[in-house]
Amino acid sequence: MPAALEVEGSAAREREVWELLAQVPDPEIPVLSIVDLGIVRHVRQGADGALRVGITPTYSGCPATEVIRTSVRAALDQHGHSNAVLEEVLSPPWTSDWLTPAGRRKLAAFGIAPPEEAVASPKQLWRATLVTCPRCGSRATERISEFGSTPCKAHYQCSACREPFDYFKCF
Amino acid sequence: MSTAAAAAVRPERANEALLRYVLRLADTSLVLGQRLGEWVGHAPTLEEDLGLANLALDLIGQARLLLSYAGEIEGRQRDEDALAYLRDAPEFFNLALAEQPNGDFGTTIVRQWLIDSWQLEIYGGLQASTDGRLAAIAAKALKETRYHYRFSSGWLVRLGDGTAESHERVQRAVDELWRFTAELFAPDEVDEHMANTGIAAPLSAGAARWSARVDEDLRTATLSRPAPQPYPWHGKRGVHTEHLGYVLAEMQHLQRTYPGARW
Repeated sequence: MPAALEVEGSAAREREVWELLAQVPDPEIPVLSIVDLGIVRHVRQGADGALRVGITPTYSGCPATEVIRTSVRAALDQHGHSNAVLEEVLSPPWTSDWLTPAGRRKLAAFGIAPPEEAVASPKQLWRATLVTCPRCGSRATERISEFGSTPCKAHYQCSACREPFDYFKCF
Repeated sequence: MSTAAAAAVRPERANEALLRYVLRLADTSLVLGQRLGEWVGHAPTLEEDLGLANLALDLIGQARLLLSYAGEIEGRQRDEDALAYLRDAPEFFNLALAEQPNGDFGTTIVRQWLIDSWQLEIYGGLQASTDGRLAAIAAKALKETRYHYRFSSGWLVRLGDGTAESHERVQRAVDELWRFTAELFAPDEVDEHMANTGIAAPLSAGAARWSARVDEDLRTATLSRPAPQPYPWHGKRGVHTEHLGYVLAEMQHLQRTYPGARW
């Protein structure tokens, strides 16, 4: 049955591209891949044979977005997918809930506290968030600034080990 | 720029109304983002410097999404860069409030808080837009705006309910900027067309919520709300204060001097 074979072929190609994209690092937090970050929204091979890769920005103005687009293009080109179409996906908007469990572990191991809770409602913005220190595990931490070195991070300090650290915001 | 000239660009087609509406949103974000960028390296503390730069980045990102869309609606092969760098002041349709000078930190905070509160209503309403592209941009921008509002309203309260000097200075900023708020929710034929076609919510709905929110914040900050003031500028219609020209001169200088320069 040629139709089934075709589906199987496209599924294999889609899987291969997902694996390829899992090797593309986020330019600002290179321990994370763009798949860990949850910004690859789809990899789809259409009936016309064209592969479509959908990427969503984290924040509207995140300067990493263009670097990521270039890296994805290069990775696809180098692995024989130069006819793939890159699509920008805006809806639904990216949320830190899309960080994968592996991504959260990698963040913590790198010294960046992963988001503490799910983005359930806008109300969570106004609650004081208890953040765990990624170095000593203490819950006695305080927010120094809501804004850090990149749009996705806030700046915290641990009251137990006194080390400053970045916190990946719930967004 | 006379009001007669502004009236001459009255939109005759639906497409023109949508283009004008999208440019108002885009230009407000772009000009405010550019203003906040002036603080980089000059804010009172490193944390606030980073905060203002983060806000600027979000706003310029929103402007890029909106300007790209505006270029497509216009259909004259102008991309986001052409629209940002190669239009002159009368072709900008931002709120006049956005172009007002930074002043002291308190003035910047008051300007930010007034526009954040406005954007909460505008983007909130646009999430249900019949225009899918605008709805997607608004849903994304709204998440960012909530952070901006938390920052600006938090500082408004700290400064208003702070020392005698911070209170006095931030109240002065509220008094001076208040005249520019008349424009925020005053509908014209573009806004009415957007409301009638379900692209945007009627401005009157947002106006009441904005007013209640602003009153509550002012009360918490121990500040008083000024009386409504006569208002001669209509940034939404391309009639600006003299300040916009200076903002554009700095923002556009490089592209005007070296057309097409890339880096």
